[in-house]
Amino acid sequence: MGILLQVRDLTIGATVYPPGEDPHDIEIVKDISFDLEKGRVIGLIGESGAGKSTIGLAALAYGRGGVRITGGEVLLDGKDILRYTKAGIRDIRGRHVCYVAQSAAAGFNPAMRLAEQVVEATVLHGVMGRAEALERARYLFGVLGLPDPDEFGTRYPHQVSGGQLQRAMTAMALCSRPDLIVFDEPTTALDVTTQIDVLAAIKHAIEETDTAAIYITHDLAVIAQISDDIMVLRHGDAVEYGTVQQIIEAPREDYTRQLISIRAEIRPEAPDQSDSLLRLENIDAEYGPAAKVLFDVSMHLPRGQTLAVVGESGSGKSTAARVITGLLPPTQGQVIFDGAPLPPALKDRTKDQLRELQMIYQMADTAMNPRQTVAEIIGRPLTFYFGLRGEERRHRVTELLDQIEMGDPFADRYPAELSGGEKQRVCIARALAAKPRLIICDEPTSALDPLVAEGVLKLLMDLQAETQVSYLFITHDIATVRAIADSVAVMYLGKVVRFGPKSKVLNPPFDDYTDLLLKSVPEMELGWLEQALASRKMAAAGN
Amino acid sequence: MASRTSGMNPVVTLLLQRIGIGFVLIIAISFLLFVGVEMLPGDFARNFLGQSATPEAVANIRKELGLDEPLLSRYLGWLGGMLTGDFGHSWANKASVNEQLFKRLANTLFLATTAALFAVPISVGLGMVAVFFRNKLPDHVINILSLAAISMPEFFIGYLIIFAFALLWPIGDGPPIIPSSPLLSLANVQLIFLPALTLVVVVLAAMMRMTRAAILNIMESAYIETAELKGLNMMTIIRKHAAPNAISPIINVVALNLAYLVVGVIVVEVIFAYPGMGQYFVDAVKVRDMPVVQACGVVFAGVYIVLNMLADVGAILANPRLMHPK
Amino acid sequence: MSVFVFGYFTMLIAGSSLAVYYKRNEAFGVLFTVTLLSMLFGILWGQVAFWTISVIAVSLIAAGGLGYCFRAYMVMLLPEQASRFMKSAPLTASFGMLVIIVMIVLATFADVVAPFGEREIVGDVWEPAGGDYLLGTDNLGRDMFSRLVYGAQTTIAVALAAGILSFSIGMLLSFTAAVMGGWIDQVLSRFNDLLLAIPTLIFALVVLAALPQNIFVLVGVMAVIDQTRVFRLGRALAIDIVVQDFVEAARLRGEGWFWIIFREILPNVLTPLIAEFGLRFVFAILFLSTLSFLGLGIQPPEADWGGMVKDNKDGIIFLVPAALYPGAAIAILAVCVNMVVDWLLNRTASLKGGRG
Repeated sequence: MGILLQVRDLTIGATVYPPGEDPHDIEIVKDISFDLEKGRVIGLIGESGAGKSTIGLAALAYGRGGVRITGGEVLLDGKDILRYTKAGIRDIRGRHVCYVAQSAAAGFNPAMRLAEQVVEATVLHGVMGRAEALERARYLFGVLGLPDPDEFGTRYPHQVSGGQLQRAMTAMALCSRPDLIVFDEPTTALDVTTQIDVLAAIKHAIEETDTAAIYITHDLAVIAQISDDIMVLRHGDAVEYGTVQQIIEAPREDYTRQLISIRAEIRPEAPDQSDSLLRLENIDAEYGPAAKVLFDVSMHLPRGQTLAVVGESGSGKSTAARVITGLLPPTQGQVIFDGAPLPPALKDRTKDQLRELQMIYQMADTAMNPRQTVAEIIGRPLTFYFGLRGEERRHRVTELLDQIEMGDPFADRYPAELSGGEKQRVCIARALAAKPRLIICDEPTSALDPLVAEGVLKLLMDLQAETQVSYLFITHDIATVRAIADSVAVMYLGKVVRFGPKSKVLNPPFDDYTDLLLKSVPEMELGWLEQALASRKMAAAGN
Repeated sequence: MASRTSGMNPVVTLLLQRIGIGFVLIIAISFLLFVGVEMLPGDFARNFLGQSATPEAVANIRKELGLDEPLLSRYLGWLGGMLTGDFGHSWANKASVNEQLFKRLANTLFLATTAALFAVPISVGLGMVAVFFRNKLPDHVINILSLAAISMPEFFIGYLIIFAFALLWPIGDGPPIIPSSPLLSLANVQLIFLPALTLVVVVLAAMMRMTRAAILNIMESAYIETAELKGLNMMTIIRKHAAPNAISPIINVVALNLAYLVVGVIVVEVIFAYPGMGQYFVDAVKVRDMPVVQACGVVFAGVYIVLNMLADVGAILANPRLMHPK
Repeated sequence: MSVFVFGYFTMLIAGSSLAVYYKRNEAFGVLFTVTLLSMLFGILWGQVAFWTISVIAVSLIAAGGLGYCFRAYMVMLLPEQASRFMKSAPLTASFGMLVIIVMIVLATFADVVAPFGEREIVGDVWEPAGGDYLLGTDNLGRDMFSRLVYGAQTTIAVALAAGILSFSIGMLLSFTAAVMGGWIDQVLSRFNDLLLAIPTLIFALVVLAALPQNIFVLVGVMAVIDQTRVFRLGRALAIDIVVQDFVEAARLRGEGWFWIIFREILPNVLTPLIAEFGLRFVFAILFLSTLSFLGLGIQPPEADWGGMVKDNKDGIIFLVPAALYPGAAIAILAVCVNMVVDWLLNRTASLKGGRG
């Protein structure tokens, strides 16, 4: 096996334009080196801002936006592609090195049929003739498990699903028989049950065609299934670099160890679950007559405990939250809060009813007014519900900031001056300020990096122990459910398919959907993908 | 959803819908311009005669002009006449509006179309040049010049052009410009060179700036990056990936800017003393000759709406998402 | 060959060479393009071309220098936060601000500035510029410069009134539509679409034909027509903000619409709104001038820029440039406002929250 790609001391810079400051240059990737042999896969893993996509694109001698490669070498078959002419680089791209983007939906030209786009580079670079390329595209569609491979390519991008587009983009990358493919988070935007299919298809295709690959992701469990080597990145530096086995089973660095041990602890569920604070009774809801989204949804949440609502996109879990908050009055059924029915519409609720029910959002960025300081954001509910003003209010804001482990110095900052985790904490403080009895958490950690997310979850649990607040926790992530829930509702296509104490819901016997969902969640264990696929096949054969 | 139940091709449904909306809009505007305007404070007859008219004279003229009939029946009569191509009679000279209107409409369309035939390709081309040289010198120059051009009133551009190109260095005819019949002749095209040039300058800048924005928007899409990472050269990227997607937004830009053309043509006709509908319109407003004013208003608005409707249809036909539904 | 032509080309060529030597590509591009164009125009029109190019170049440099100094001056004078804001202004914007301020000062103190009265006949018809009369006299023998200054007063005041009125109506209606939603939004939006489907001038002409002719009617008509554009933008901006989670959070808290509009939405759309106000002001100036030019705006003998073009347009044929001065005044004011607006719009695009 010869060495295909050598990256030597790669350094990449960019110019940033922070508001109110002079523009300056920063280094986003520092002195990265690795080797990649033919037919092998290296995984780049790290949090957002770790520079992993930037390194991946450097393998195509490409810098996105204002990004510039400022030092080092990228040797492809021994030749430094950073020194190639523009024409030389064009010759590499699409022929020897191909790229699979995170969002295939945006990456395809909406005005061109899929097959045309898949074979375009192959034909243009003269790798093979058009007819042969189309033949290969059909073959690849088959390998990647796309429906009706002969006909698939005649469709336009908007006519197929997101998971199918992601596979089509992989086919596009494989078509010219490249030496190297860069996969940039190809499954991140997909639901877990779709992710496993795409992951399996990609792995199968890589093996079949003996292509080398750089696989970029933030999910260690995913990368453990697909790569041979792993490089852990943080803030543009390489933290650890080794084989998959070594990284997963014997990590050397603390940071890697933290990434692996995330959410391994499982909170024991609360024993008594009878005294419910919130109860949904046979709720139906719709966005107009043609768009019914909830069907006969019932669940209940005991005082001081956590109910996790799990489901994939389109399951109706966020709609359920809108019904509870009164933004979307149900067409049928009722919401019982503390023994009495809540008025269905927001405008009919009393100030006290509103106060007792607070909300935390997925995107903390958009959940705070960018023109208000932290003190104003947290202070408003204090004034609004309790009439606190001046020194009194300021004092309580400081208390709340201490409670979320941030402290007084943050009071005068604007949201743009906070990190992702800090923003979410401020949102939690704003909810706490109202002294609520129920907080609806709508995927509060799914936009955060894993370590930060863990901190936020831990804070939520501590606050619950302290204040006896109940959580309705909406999520798509089973690991989060395991970590924090007392009871669980699994939703699928607008229905609750399973509801009960965590110990019962997450253990067999399963219904079909919950079984599929649980088996699709990648586990940080070598060979998990093969096992999961095998057990799926058996289940299919059994039916 | 509705298209699925009707069983018809959704694009056809969509097109019929757009055309239907266009007609409804024209009727609604005719209502607004007739009934809405009459409901404004002020009396047509008094306005027409002037403030010093005696009450008897006002009453007489009201009867003579038929203003004493109920508003709605007059509107319906007017609408009916208009739909059959009869715009009634002028108050000022009692002549039929039709005769003047159609002759002048032809002159106006001749001028405006000639201008559009030059303005559209030039502005789209310049927009592309600006995108190609984005943030480089030609882009800055085009940006500053176009900013200056959209800030100048139409009549200033017109007189500058007359001053420079009809008087100082005469390369075209100055006012008055009266086309000879038949209208469509090379001599007439030469004759309207300066007014057409004025109109082109008036429309060009705004259209070019919007084209630039529309194309830039497309050049920033992820699929252009995909094409770049496939190793395609710039020309291929523009030809195969950018252009097909740019047609629809560019059509929209052109349609939006036809408003400048419609407004611009009125002013240009006054500057160059060109016997078109714009001048007819302005003269009628001065003497408050309402039948002429309303006829001109409806025809101008109607032409504008029909052009917009055609642009809508073009944009739909150029949009792959609509042409190839799921 | 005269010394002037010789010096002219020496400077251009030397400048180009220096620019290319010091690798200032942009400067080189400008200088050498000018050099080549000068040769072409020189052959076509002779020395006049060089003078014209020199005058344009010197004016541009002077304008740039003025803008540069004005910016530095404001940064020095203004308090901390405002001065940082001012620092981000490009030369075009700071020059624009300077001219706007100068024009407003001239208009405000017209009585002091103007050497002659607004309606005072002081000389012969269309006397040339220079001498007693800075810009010559107009079609009735009135001093052109004095009338320009008085015209500035009328034009700016009326345009400002129309701009403020249209802006207020548009903002009020659009925010109401965006926050209330439902049928209120539907009715307001559909009616707005209907008005937008009629080109502005057409609509104005029909309405002005039916209404009595005075300045309040004029301001009112201009405001009603133009508020449609404000409405469209305001609604789009507000809807953008309304769907954000922080507005939903405020609604869930139980806040009233007053708080939501003024404390949650408005601070987030302030910069684009100021820019939009600038655009409305430009539109009002151009529209008012066009109406006056057509004889349907401000009535003589009161001076306003559009009307002055109309009064003096017959002079054009005799190569009297009197009609071009007020036209140029309109263009300069509009360009300057547009340059400031351009800067504000770019700022909005690059600014995502934070101080400043």
